This record gives sequence, C-alpha cells and structure tokens, in this order.
Amino acid sequence: MMLIYTKEQEGGPGAEEGERIKTAHRALVEEAVRKGVLQAAEPLANTSTATTVRMEDGKALITDGPFSETKEQLAGYYILDCENLDDALCWAARIPTGCKGGEGCVEIRPLPGYALDG
Amino acid sequence: MADVHSLADRVFREESGRIIAALIRVSGSFDRAEEAMQEAFAAALFAWPQRGVPANPAAWVTAVAHRKLIDAARRDGTRREKRDSLASHIAFSVSEIADCEDNEPMNFPDDRLRLIFTCCHPALNPEAQIALTLRTLGGLTTSEIARAFLLPEATLAQRLVRAKRKIQEARIPYEVPGADRLEERLAAVQGVIYLIFNEGYVASSGGDLIREDLCAEAIRLGRVLCELLSRHAENFGLLALMLLQHSRRAARVAGGALVTLEEQDRSLWDRDVIEEGLALLERALASGDPGPYQLQAAIAALHAQAHAPEETDWRQIAALYQTLLERNPSPVVALNHAAAVAMSAGPEEGLARMAGLARSLDGYYLFHAARADLLRRLGRGKEALEAYQRAAALTTNPVECEFLNRRQGPSRSNDRSSGSR
Repeated sequence: MMLIYTKEQEGGPGAEEGERIKTAHRALVEEAVRKGVLQAAEPLANTSTATTVRMEDGKALITDGPFSETKEQLAGYYILDCENLDDALCWAARIPTGCKGGEGCVEIRPLPGYALDG
Repeated sequence: MADVHSLADRVFREESGRIIAALIRVSGSFDRAEEAMQEAFAAALFAWPQRGVPANPAAWVTAVAHRKLIDAARRDGTRREKRDSLASHIAFSVSEIADCEDNEPMNFPDDRLRLIFTCCHPALNPEAQIALTLRTLGGLTTSEIARAFLLPEATLAQRLVRAKRKIQEARIPYEVPGADRLEERLAAVQGVIYLIFNEGYVASSGGDLIREDLCAEAIRLGRVLCELLSRHAENFGLLALMLLQHSRRAARVAGGALVTLEEQDRSLWDRDVIEEGLALLERALASGDPGPYQLQAAIAALHAQAHAPEETDWRQIAALYQTLLERNPSPVVALNHAAAVAMSAGPEEGLARMAGLARSLDGYYLFHAARADLLRRLGRGKEALEAYQRAAALTTNPVECEFLNRRQGPSRSNDRSSGSR
C-alpha cells in the first residue's frame, strides 16, 4: 500500500499544475491496470473536511479537523459508502483502534470520487 | 418609506431564522438559501411601499425567496435533474405558502430544529458552531456578530465560509438526530447557546464587562429551543438560568467596575425577568430529574429570592452544588461548592476544600480570587494579597482585572465581604 503525503495549499495547485498531476496519475493507473497490479486508488478531500472520532470511556468524542497526535501511526483503513456524516460517525465509533497496542482514533475523510480515467 | 425599512428590519430579526431554515431544506445549500433570502428582502423594500405591506410579511418573503431559488436553479443549466426535483418541490412549497399567506403566524413546516442541530454539529469546531448559529438562527448580521466578538469582519466571514463548506463537503446532514442520539446532541446545542450567553455575560475581552446583545441573542435562542422541544425540561432550565443571571445585569457593573453579588444594589435587579425565570424553573423541575442547567438555575433562583445578602440560603446552595458535582464532576463546580460551603459552614471549611483543587485550577483566576477572599476573611492578609495578585495576573477582562486590583486594597484592612458574583 502506498500513502501519498502532500502540503495542502489554499486553492490547491494552479490549473495547469493540477492538470499535469492528474495526467501523471492517470498514466500510472493505466499502466498499473495493464500490468494487473492495481487494487485501488482514490484521492481524499482536503483535511478541512475531516472529522476525528476518539473513544473515551465508551463515548465517542467528535472533533473538527484531522487527527494531530504525532505519536499515533496509520494502522489501517475502511472505505464505507455512507449516507452522510452521522452515518459515517456511527461506523467510525465501532472501529477498534488499539490495533498496535495503544488506543487511537479514526479520522473520517470524504472521497470526492474524481474518476482518474476520465 | 422609513417605516417599511424598520418593518423589514424587524421581520429579518424575528423571522429570518425560520425563513432561512425552510430555504436550506428546499435548496440543500446554505449559500443559495442566504442569497435567495437577501434578494427577497431587497424585493420587499421595493414592493411594499408601492403595493402595501402584506398581511404576513415573513410568509411573503419566504414565497418570494422560493421563486428566487427556482430562477437560480433554472439559470444553472448544468444541473438539470436536480433542478427538476427542486422545481417540483418548490412548486409544492409555494402553494403551501399561498394558502397561508393571510394567516398569522406562518403555518408551513418549521425547519429551525434541523438548522439548529446542523449548526451545532460536533464535527464543526466550537467557534464555527457559535458563528453559524448566530448568523442563521439569530437576527444578527455578520458585522454585528464580528463586533460582538471583537473580530475583524473578514475573519468572521471566513469562519462562516469554512463552516458552510465543511457542512457541504463532509455531508453533515440537515436533519433532527434520531432518538438514540437526540439527548447527546441536544446537550451540544444547549452548550452552544450557553457559551454565547457567557461570552456576553463575562466578555473575555474588550472594555465592557457585559455585551448585552449576545446575552439577549442567547436568551432568544433559548426561547426558540423551548418552543421547538418543549418536552425537554433542560431547555427550560437553561432559559431560566440565563434569565436569572441576566436579571442582575444593571447591578453587576457600576461606573465600569464589577460589583459582587453581595454588594449589588438588589433594587436594580429586574423583577419581571426574575419572575419569568422562576416560573420557567418551576415548570422544568416539575418533570422530576433535574439536569445541570436546572440545578444551576435553582442556585441562581436562591440568590434572586434573597432580598439581602444575609438572607441567602447558603446551606441549600451548597447542597445543590453537591448534587451538581455528583452529576457533572468538574474542578470549577467543586470550587463553587467550596465557596458555598465557606458561606454556610465557615471560611476554614471552604479553604480546606479549595486546597484539593489547587493543582487543577492553578491557571484559573477565579480560583485565586475565591481563595484570596477566604484568606482575607480569616485575617491572613499577606497570603490574601498574593492570591489577589495571582488572580489579577490571570484575567483578560480589564474590568475584572480592575476589580481584583481594587480588592487588593481592602485585604490589608481585613474587609469581610465575599467575592461571589
């Protein structure tokens, strides 16, 4: 699995730069499909759309924004087709986060669903 | 012409929450709803002087705004499918309104409850919740809210833009939460309203101690909540609490300085507001299981009912704080409990309880102010002075700071009054 990290900038990349990046992704996806190695690839919406759920004493503590504890590491993911954020929050609260020993949190991010192939 | 303007202004202040709530439901967008409502109010200023003011101005504005939404959807040719469903929905809504145009009050569906839950959704940060609630459900303009929070208008506008974008992109639903989540989410709504009230009651910055516009707005929102969810006793507890605190506003500040509860001129307390608060509290308490707002309102009621400081039933107040502490353990409640114990059982008793709170409340100015007060009453002047200085260094409100600095004087002469507000 390959995770993409990027510096978020207000308004994103310029139109030309954005197009260049999209084209490069498209070429990569096409090649990965051709070689039969593609499992999934999807862009995430900006962290301004993120909501974090942390379980404390059996209650879901919901906060605006991405998770920010640097000592917590990405441990896995779910992609769920949810009706809205409340629906997503219900699911997120049920995900066990202690996968690597210590309790953590779940960050919810929408998938804007840009089709990479067109 | 001038009275048409003031009428439109009044309709905006009193009814815009309900109008915008309906428009958001129909259009599925805060921005489109706001734009349509603004255009409709502009149309009112043009039409009313010529054709006369309609019997139900708010319904008129809503109907015109609905038409503006249809026009906007038609202009937006790329969203064909959405436009068609929107148009049929609106046609229904307009006929709904046409039927009731001459009836007061508006009898089309009230969507404000959805709106209030969406604005106070926990996935929005608290500042955004407050700004959005005041902007959409309150009758304040963006510049009025910015002024109340001493923020540049651009900062507040940006905050609103971000909040609306988050609602849209993260798909925060526009609906009243289901029964399983209602209590929890209602507590969040009450929390936002009480935060707005408190920001007005003890303004954290700026030269005024009280920002009355925010208190009045919070009370108005509290009334809306009671009207919309009248079976939830805590809503009445919250409204009662705000009213009982607000009833003391004229006595709390004199010549720009803070006046303690004990030193307040009780003839300045607003008796009508107190009566209303007491009646609401009684109604809430009748339901049997008092929540934290009802308990705090009951404490405020005991103060309101004492015609002189020495008539205050401190034993009862300490008992109420004890109950509050058991239900909602927090260092600040524990501090208030200790202060009430000091008044009913003596300063030593209070000071002993406060000693256990030093670690968690060291950065809280009222902790040091309360300790200073008890130390002074025990004649421990030097320690009292140190505590006052610590309190003054921690507060950000210049009026409170000035009060604490004044208090440092009497501590040397062993004055015996209390510091509660």
